[in-house]
Amino acid sequence: MKNTGTLKVTTPTDREIVMTRVFDAPRHMVFDAFSKPELLKRWFGPRGWSLAVCEVDFKVGGGFHFVLRGPDERQMGMRGVYREIVPPERSVHMESFDDYPGESQVTAVFVEQGGKTTLTATVLYPSREVRDAVIKSGMEHGAAETYDKLAELLPSLQAQGMQKSASEA
Amino acid sequence: MSPSQRLDATFAALADPTRRAILARLASGEASVTELAKPFAMSQPAISKHLKVLERAGLISRGQDAQRRPRRLDAKPLAKATGWLENYRQFWEDSFQRLDILLDELKSKDKKRTKR
Repeated sequence: MKNTGTLKVTTPTDREIVMTRVFDAPRHMVFDAFSKPELLKRWFGPRGWSLAVCEVDFKVGGGFHFVLRGPDERQMGMRGVYREIVPPERSVHMESFDDYPGESQVTAVFVEQGGKTTLTATVLYPSREVRDAVIKSGMEHGAAETYDKLAELLPSLQAQGMQKSASEA
Repeated sequence: MSPSQRLDATFAALADPTRRAILARLASGEASVTELAKPFAMSQPAISKHLKVLERAGLISRGQDAQRRPRRLDAKPLAKATGWLENYRQFWEDSFQRLDILLDELKSKDKKRTKR
């Protein structure tokens, strides 16, 4: 399997998560893959999960509805509304999960250089409470047992960009 | 503390380079406050402040020796915090690897079309 880019996930503020990833394709193609349901169905979702429902009304004010189906008949529903669409460089949408409270705003920016496309997706949570709920759900899905790998883990934590300058000490 | 408050405390504690360096040092074994202060251009009270933050977050605890009062690493909250980010990353990494394959396919289709 070809791995074009490494996914970078950072948490620059209490309310944000920022993801960066490079794709070896022109940005109109990457943009299409993020907005056309027949393409979304082919890639969206973690391993073992697939998009059982994928409805997309790709226009400002239009909505989307996804249902991810996973192992053991588990389901995860998400929906949202498009706020801003500037093909093929930028889109902003609101997004919420059926099982969790609150809405987040997702800003996706696509930059093409030398035939490759860099995606930067910024997820902004409305409050610390909502972000906490998301964090909690992530924990319930099984935190990795990495106690014995701690020495390796600390540099990777730093690489993940938790270098917030704020210090309350 | 609730699990999410504990996670908040963990992330806040990790947000400082000195505190991460202290954790990295403790990963190789327990150390006293004096030993911990050595590599940093900082007073012992300043280091103690950082240690308090780490202690509140449950990231370190105090060892048995009453005189040295060595600090040691408690890895559990750290594993939880990283576990959450790793889950998040895994969701998208899995998705994006499939997207790479799809994009390759779209590119080769594009080439065929322009040849015709």
